[in-house]
Amino acid sequence: MKKSFRATVCVAALMVSSASVSFAADEVNIYSYRQPFLIEPLLEAFTKETGILTNLIFANKGLETRIKAEGEYSPADLLLSTDVGRLQAAAQQGIAQPVVSDTLKANIPAHFRDGDNQWFGLTSRARVVYASKERVEQDSITYEELSDPKWQGRICTRSGQHDYTIGLIASMIVHHGAEETKTWLEGVKANLARRPTGNDRAQVKAVYAGECDIALGNTYYMGKMQTNDKEPEQKQWAESVRILFPNSDGRGTHVNISGMLLTKHAPNRESAVKLMEFLSSEEAQQIYAEGNFEYPVKEGVQPSELVMSWGSFTPDSVELSKIADARKEASELVDIVDFDAGAN
Amino acid sequence: MTKSNDAASAITTNGLISQLKRWLSGRVSPRVMGTSRVALVLLALILLMVIAPILSLVVIAFGDAGDVWPHLLSTVLPRSVMTTIWLMLGVGSLTALIGVSTAWLVTMCRFPGRALFQWALLMPLAIPTYIVAYAAVDMFDYSGPAQSLIRWLFGFQSARDYWFPEVRSLPGSILVMSFVLYPYVFLTTRATFLMQSACALDVSRTLGAGPVRLFFAVALPLARPAIVVGVTLAMMECLNDIGAVEFFGVKTLTFSVYDTWLNRASLAGAAQISTVMLLVVLLLLWLERRGRREQRFTTTTRRYQSLPSFRLGGWRAGLAVMACALPILIGFLLPASILMRSVFFHWRDNLNADFLAAMGNSLFLASFAAVLTALLGTALAYFARTQKSALVSAVTRLSSIGYAVPGTVLAVGILIPVAQLDNLIAASMRDWFGLATGLILISSGAAMLYAYCVRFMAMSYGAGETGLQRISPNLEAASRTLGRSSWRTLVEIDLPLIRPSLISGALLVFVDVMKELPATILLRPFNFDTLATLVYGQASLEAFEKGALAALTIVAVGLVPVILLSRTSSRSMQG
Repeated sequence: MKKSFRATVCVAALMVSSASVSFAADEVNIYSYRQPFLIEPLLEAFTKETGILTNLIFANKGLETRIKAEGEYSPADLLLSTDVGRLQAAAQQGIAQPVVSDTLKANIPAHFRDGDNQWFGLTSRARVVYASKERVEQDSITYEELSDPKWQGRICTRSGQHDYTIGLIASMIVHHGAEETKTWLEGVKANLARRPTGNDRAQVKAVYAGECDIALGNTYYMGKMQTNDKEPEQKQWAESVRILFPNSDGRGTHVNISGMLLTKHAPNRESAVKLMEFLSSEEAQQIYAEGNFEYPVKEGVQPSELVMSWGSFTPDSVELSKIADARKEASELVDIVDFDAGAN
Repeated sequence: MTKSNDAASAITTNGLISQLKRWLSGRVSPRVMGTSRVALVLLALILLMVIAPILSLVVIAFGDAGDVWPHLLSTVLPRSVMTTIWLMLGVGSLTALIGVSTAWLVTMCRFPGRALFQWALLMPLAIPTYIVAYAAVDMFDYSGPAQSLIRWLFGFQSARDYWFPEVRSLPGSILVMSFVLYPYVFLTTRATFLMQSACALDVSRTLGAGPVRLFFAVALPLARPAIVVGVTLAMMECLNDIGAVEFFGVKTLTFSVYDTWLNRASLAGAAQISTVMLLVVLLLLWLERRGRREQRFTTTTRRYQSLPSFRLGGWRAGLAVMACALPILIGFLLPASILMRSVFFHWRDNLNADFLAAMGNSLFLASFAAVLTALLGTALAYFARTQKSALVSAVTRLSSIGYAVPGTVLAVGILIPVAQLDNLIAASMRDWFGLATGLILISSGAAMLYAYCVRFMAMSYGAGETGLQRISPNLEAASRTLGRSSWRTLVEIDLPLIRPSLISGALLVFVDVMKELPATILLRPFNFDTLATLVYGQASLEAFEKGALAALTIVAVGLVPVILLSRTSSRSMQG
């Protein structure tokens, strides 16, 4: 026991040195749900400009719980996340602190940030319909009509419990109320070509394969497939569909965001706020949005050419925080209608 | 046996307390205390360490879950309970079928390729379920080779022209998981077949039992404890799996736990479901124990004669080869070849500094955790054996519970007490020494090691226990009668005898730490990657091909112990 304890100490010491943890004032520690490849170019640019170094932990779940558990001594300064629902939930758990910054206010439109300055959007993406070029004639579509029996056996989507689907259903609740949304969701379920499985890209693949005619997906997947040189087959999938921006002629297409928040006990508060402001700047917005084929939130910054080639659209202008509030109800509706069981 | 008998009688609930009291007040003569004091303290410490995360889960479960339960009960839970039951029954029976039949074939029958199959059948052990799941979908979905061939053969144009079973389904996940998890059954069962007294089998053959009768009437009942252990491991693994079920869209209880925690933002609700799951697992373990109690076999000799064997020829040999080849093909060759193909085409994206650093981290963590867990697990098993009390063995059994909890749930259960301790340390360092140490347990990686120990204690404990079970108490008694202390008996008699089990337990831990994902992800320090997190990072980008080398390395490293494992168990046959 003594020996193993001694060994533990040795190992701990070794790992401290290899993990390069430090609490110097000129560093920012980031917990991120966004992939390293996406934010590393930004962080490099930031370090170049300010001399402030960055440390990163990437995960796909549980970071809020970790920040909360680590409490007062948590090394985390910044949480980078996707989906307004998660940002809002994090703020409600009390792990964020408000940031009052004129730069952030000027750069990020009001409906893309929290009224209490707890979280801020950085990029946006639209939830669109990928329609088969061969089998779908119409040039416009609405979310509402997805429950129309004319789509029976023709719709593919990922799980109803996924953040993206819940966001869309929540926006339906905001526009139409829970009762009507439930009826709608039952209609969509009845139209499903198969049980909801796989990610957004798998749905487009299913359209290509002829399993369904329309698929729901986030915009950036189009870019990922169109530029996929590693698996050129995906370019064919992308080639078989076109993007329809639902409700673009009316109330607007549902959009969601990726964003950030400053943690409550951020040890490097000043540097972290600098990084936040940097991320909302024109330079960073351009890099960030381009890296993942998303839309910059800062007005006047253009998305990449590829993204613009999909056409322009009117985004739904409802406040994102309202959608976040309806999220729980949306998630429950998915269970009540047993959406993920598919049609039949 | 006098001293340990003393200890045994002392350790009932009251005995334990009074002994502790006597010990604390120093009224116990040093002679009596000798082993039992050390034993007690060690036992208590290890147990506390291993059970702390579970306790913290229970504490979380007592928190306010909000209003999730009425909704969960009326919608999600009934469905996910049924799904989970079907999954476990399916995987349980299929792994038992594959594991036992292949173990019997390679141990007792002679047919072409037998020597190869003996160790090759263990290979799927090296492959994480999520990788096999990925490979299966790659192979059998619309654009995969299987369906492409069908389309080409029959001239179909699209998915609407023909029916093909959906891989991403409950039956699909049962099949896929069974083909990766059967080695648990194979391993434990084969070891037992090998160690079964040749005499018992010889006697039954002399009495006229044919191969079939021998199998069902003698070997199978004798191997039942081992089969149960293997199947229980496999079932627990599929109960807490999230990678594969998520990929397949199969909504198990574990899936509901995640859902409740993340989508309904109710950690307490998630902890409550987990706690109920834990109770079910405890019940299972208890039933398993009860079933086994009536069947305790030990051997009295270490001389193993070569086992009787049946020579298979003609179509029987062909069938045997097929029965052994199929699991290897599906559980190993298929996924491995898909990985190799990716490495071959994208080796530039794969072989880089990140990869090497991650490999170093993985090997280091895995070996350290393996040794540590083996030490602790064996110690626990040994103490439970010496203290012949129902209470002690029940409490000790609890140490295996970490394996039955979904990885991320356990990680949360670890995170919270460790973070609290860490905060305490940080505050004291600041107040007493003016040092800003930060959260030293988490940032040093000690939290990860701790998590591995808790999670995989079941393996080393189980291995130690099965090993010890086969040692006849007579041997120990003889050793003690001849004047050896209990400590010397452990070192000179028991440890050498259980060495094969010990090693195999440590190796299982090693391989599993290499594959471990959820706890590593939640507890890792800044800028720190293991091979598994590297694979996961790339897979989450759907750039699986870039993580292929890391995945293949996990598999390859996993193979080394697999080969050693098969050598250890063959050697134990010759004795």
